[in-house]
Amino acid sequence: MAHADGPQAVQDPQRPQPGQAALGEPILEIRDLVKHYPLTQGVLFKKQVGAVKAVDGVSFDLRKGETLGIVGESGCGKSTLAKMLVGLERPTSGQIRYQGQDIATLSGRAMKSVRRNIQMVFQDPYTSLNPRMTVGDIVGEPYEIHPEVAPKGDRRKRVQELLDVVGLNPEYINRYPHQFSGGQRQRIGIARGLALRPEIIVADEPVSALDVSVQAQVVNLLEGLQDEFDLSYVFIAHDLSVVRHISDRVAVMYLGRLAEIGTDEQIYDHPTHPYTQALLSAVPVPDPEAREHRERILLAGDVPSPADPPSGCRFRTRCWKAQPLCAEVVPPLEVPAEFQDTESPARHASACHFAEERHVVPSD
Amino acid sequence: MSGQTTGPGEDATLLEVRDLRVEFRTRDGVAQAVNGVSYRVAAGQTLAVLGESGSGKSVTAQAVMGILDSPPGFVTGGEVVFQGRDLLKLGKDERRKVRGAKMAMIFQDALSSLNPVLSVGAQLGEMFRVHEGTSRKEARERAVELMERVGIPAARQRVGDYPHQFSGGMRQRIMIAMALALAPDLIIADEPTTALDVTVQAQVMDLLAELQREYHMGLILITHDLGVVADVADTIAVMYAGRIVETAPVHHLYKAPAHPYTRGLLESIPRLDHKGQELYAIKGLPPNPAAIPPGCPFHPRCPLARDVCRTDPPPLYDVGPGRTSACHFWKETLDGAR
Repeated sequence: MAHADGPQAVQDPQRPQPGQAALGEPILEIRDLVKHYPLTQGVLFKKQVGAVKAVDGVSFDLRKGETLGIVGESGCGKSTLAKMLVGLERPTSGQIRYQGQDIATLSGRAMKSVRRNIQMVFQDPYTSLNPRMTVGDIVGEPYEIHPEVAPKGDRRKRVQELLDVVGLNPEYINRYPHQFSGGQRQRIGIARGLALRPEIIVADEPVSALDVSVQAQVVNLLEGLQDEFDLSYVFIAHDLSVVRHISDRVAVMYLGRLAEIGTDEQIYDHPTHPYTQALLSAVPVPDPEAREHRERILLAGDVPSPADPPSGCRFRTRCWKAQPLCAEVVPPLEVPAEFQDTESPARHASACHFAEERHVVPSD
Repeated sequence: MSGQTTGPGEDATLLEVRDLRVEFRTRDGVAQAVNGVSYRVAAGQTLAVLGESGSGKSVTAQAVMGILDSPPGFVTGGEVVFQGRDLLKLGKDERRKVRGAKMAMIFQDALSSLNPVLSVGAQLGEMFRVHEGTSRKEARERAVELMERVGIPAARQRVGDYPHQFSGGMRQRIMIAMALALAPDLIIADEPTTALDVTVQAQVMDLLAELQREYHMGLILITHDLGVVADVADTIAVMYAGRIVETAPVHHLYKAPAHPYTRGLLESIPRLDHKGQELYAIKGLPPNPAAIPPGCPFHPRCPLARDVCRTDPPPLYDVGPGRTSACHFWKETLDGAR
């Protein structure tokens, strides 16, 4: 495509050369990431009475060129995590290492240059685009903030190239968001995310608001762009089927922590954490034959409040396997001892004291 | 909960919608939201109405319930025969007696469908006070019973709580309790679990299925989720651009769709059990209801479209036992899907 060498053609000395990190090497290292939102009491003399522990000790690596899917239910902290990754929220503690630098502590100019390489695509294509700006202004706005990426005279052309890349007619550059459908708006959001040629895109529920037939178009677009621009994705969603389709590795989040992480096959076909098993068994499968001989794990009750999470394992209040140990000791996210010496796909990190394999997804 | 409960015999029919037409008269013109929809539900059966946004699936339900916003919406033709009576011919008051007592609706968004300034007990109790004239005290008592029935823990303590004090799943249970209050014969559930997390969604769908079995109710489930449909439906009606494009028993539809739109939908959803290749995507966008393409409304997006599709709107062909398809080339579609 003509655009492929367009935005890339101008070599930028500040920008790391592509290929600096080989495929599979960690490009982003997250260590013990924590975000607590203080709960205060009193008007004049505010005192902190507690904290909503939205993200409470999350560690993982994002590897070059891969898609890491993060799944979890509402309130598990996945969106807060996304915001910290792109620098929209400052972590309470912990590290986000990018190119050897901890970006959690950066500020000012250094932060700005990092942000350029980590861009975000938001969930709601209706509220994440300014209704008073034209598509050209929206997609071109990143160039106002990072003028070094594209000289002024070049910008319009670049925006049109970007629109072409995401499958929109470049002539629509002067239109307003309301003139587009949901799927097209999401394409605009993706074009904006691509404008600065980032290495990493954090997509927070990018297809959840779209109709089934349009969702497939956007998922295919995201996959195509990844190959074309050598992107690494953090793909956050609650739809487990979409996540499996697009992800190389999957992390399952529950109440601010990771429950389990592994390749898509390990997580979906060989889950060892009871929460993952319950989550997978609850997904309605579009196959009426499956409904008779399907095992459903129904969880009791609701997710506890993140302001007052259970001690020990966070899932123990809803877990059918919970023992006294679970209330006392926080299970670490590591390969469970019984699987350490096996070649089984169950050999992946799972934060459960009583991890065991269980097939819950019916297969053909 | 599957096909064995009641055969689709003539006498078992609870609701029959015939050639229903609804249009919205707006400043920008007239939009044909529902364009000759017919379907049938029997007691104890679940009909799933599947469609994307703007397909007219919710508007049809609103017209059946008699809660269409009018203006701008107007029912311009058709019949809604419920227990032998055409509801569209009833007066306002008559209609109101049917609504709630005989047929009830569950909405997607429980938070905005419940009154935020009234306790849930008061809202549940209102059903009995208005329709049955029970006393305040007895109404409250029955509200507690209902809340217990739909699985709300500590119902007696929580009956005075307000909607915002409940979680999403609990609010949806309250909506179900409200629909169930007067023991209706038909429940219309419009995307009842779309706003809920998967684990909670499973709880709520199980509750609905259990209650349906217990009270032998007809259920119309309106949804865009092919997974949910596969789990609970007996029959499926697929809607596109205000029309039903295919009806089929659930097993047949998934195995061998008879309309290219249905086939496209089935192929465009990612699978949970394996990773798969690139997703099949139906090209283009659903049409604007104010400018539905002539001929078959799906033809601009259809891989099988030929000249006849651009000019002649396809009728609903009989394509098998209990199956219809609005496609001129349903035979090819059926064969190709195997």
